[in-house]
Amino acid sequence: MRRRGMIAGSGAALLALPGTASSSAAAETTRLPAELPEGTRQVDQFANLPDKRRLLRLADRPPNYETPVDAFTNPVTPNDRFFVRYHLAGVPSADDMDGWTLSIGGDAVDHPVRLKMQDLLDLPSNEVLAVCQCAGARRGLGLPHVAGLQWGDGAMGCAVWRGPALRDVLKACGVKTGALEVWLSGADKPTMDGTPPYRKSIPMEKAMDADTIVAIAMNNAPLPPLNGYPARLVVPGWVGAYWMKHLTTIEVRSTPLENYWMRDAYRVPGGLFPVDHPFPSQAADGTVPVTELVVNSLIADPLEGHEVDRSGFVIRGIAWDRGAGINRVEVSLDGGHNWQDALLDRPLGRYAYRLFSTQTNLMRPGPYQLVSRATSNSGEKQVARLKVNPGGYFNNLPRPIPVLVT
Amino acid sequence: MRLGWVAFIAVVGCRGALAADPPMPLKPGVGDSATVAACSACHTTNYILMNSPFLTPEAWTAEVAKMRSAFGAPIDEATAAVIAGYLGANYAVAERP
Repeated sequence: MRRRGMIAGSGAALLALPGTASSSAAAETTRLPAELPEGTRQVDQFANLPDKRRLLRLADRPPNYETPVDAFTNPVTPNDRFFVRYHLAGVPSADDMDGWTLSIGGDAVDHPVRLKMQDLLDLPSNEVLAVCQCAGARRGLGLPHVAGLQWGDGAMGCAVWRGPALRDVLKACGVKTGALEVWLSGADKPTMDGTPPYRKSIPMEKAMDADTIVAIAMNNAPLPPLNGYPARLVVPGWVGAYWMKHLTTIEVRSTPLENYWMRDAYRVPGGLFPVDHPFPSQAADGTVPVTELVVNSLIADPLEGHEVDRSGFVIRGIAWDRGAGINRVEVSLDGGHNWQDALLDRPLGRYAYRLFSTQTNLMRPGPYQLVSRATSNSGEKQVARLKVNPGGYFNNLPRPIPVLVT
Repeated sequence: MRLGWVAFIAVVGCRGALAADPPMPLKPGVGDSATVAACSACHTTNYILMNSPFLTPEAWTAEVAKMRSAFGAPIDEATAAVIAGYLGANYAVAERP
């Protein structure tokens, strides 16, 4: 039995979560992971943005900023620390979104409709606490290095997303039998006419899942302009590539979307990564689209390179997967030779971060490598060896954090 | 000097809702200005440094080809060769480590 009931009806509890505003009391990330390639270390910089505080800038055009590790002691990533990821440089401002509407059509609907924000507000509202993670998260930390944005740990965040379920939105137009995929478009644009606009599709099964929602609120506030204002699709358990920002067009189609973003980008060899629900209409030539997240964990305290007290300190972090939930997190103080079980905090939802912690005992002073590894409720474990693939996707190798015990 | 001016035009000319900082200067060399002009049309040239130095000259050639074929960059064959040559000479490894 899948644990579907955890999110349903828990809206009030989610809203009452602590820590949806930034805290400045804790230590801040000030250094880059040692594993990042040399060129990346030259260009990455901590930076502020309108509505965003102290993110790690990989690129400003198109804007790609990751969340520093210090933010992940909080199971909910505040909006002003939430990562930013755009493929194309034509990023709409909030003003550009004045008069926004959402068009729903395609060959597999009875009657196309155009919805206004008020129409979405009039529909029953769903809420889900879910991790949005870039498929290329930690690409920069894997060896061999592969081309692409050299992300560290922070191409991800977890927020309370609220809005109508996509399936309730689609009711307005009547989905026909024979519907195969839902095609998605947003308001962000390429700078060149010849560049394929960013469009993605999801299979009907995922589109009709109660947890797939058209989010019009994030952590009980409007979506920040750089996270998809005024509406984005939320596809819990799936990589962020499908969470279309500035959502403007939804097409229900009887045919697969065949464009660069589906057929060439975001693909991995078939069978390399586990999935609960395949995406058969997009499988081709031995490869499949990157879809469901892999189980992973991250130590967020202490931070890389920090000094800790030999008399004992607390290791804190997060673990997450694609929806089975986290069953176990183990922590190693010696680079992965010996492991002990960490204490798991209460689950906050099947798609959310699960907090873990461990209190250390007296330790000999010197350098240590702290590592965590998670196991999901479906038995999936973080890999022992990196599953190398051309796109550098899904690095869930246990992540060593060097610290100095003094 | 010429390189800096091209970079300045590229950054200011593409300014949208978000202000962009000047990117890190690229190494002077044959093909530098063609590289800045072509790449800056769509993205910061910091991507070049970010993806160095672990791409081989062949991998840079493939990246430039991808920009033309997949992303529709309006670069002719000869200019593409100049850009790939510049990247291969200045931002590449000889072979994969």
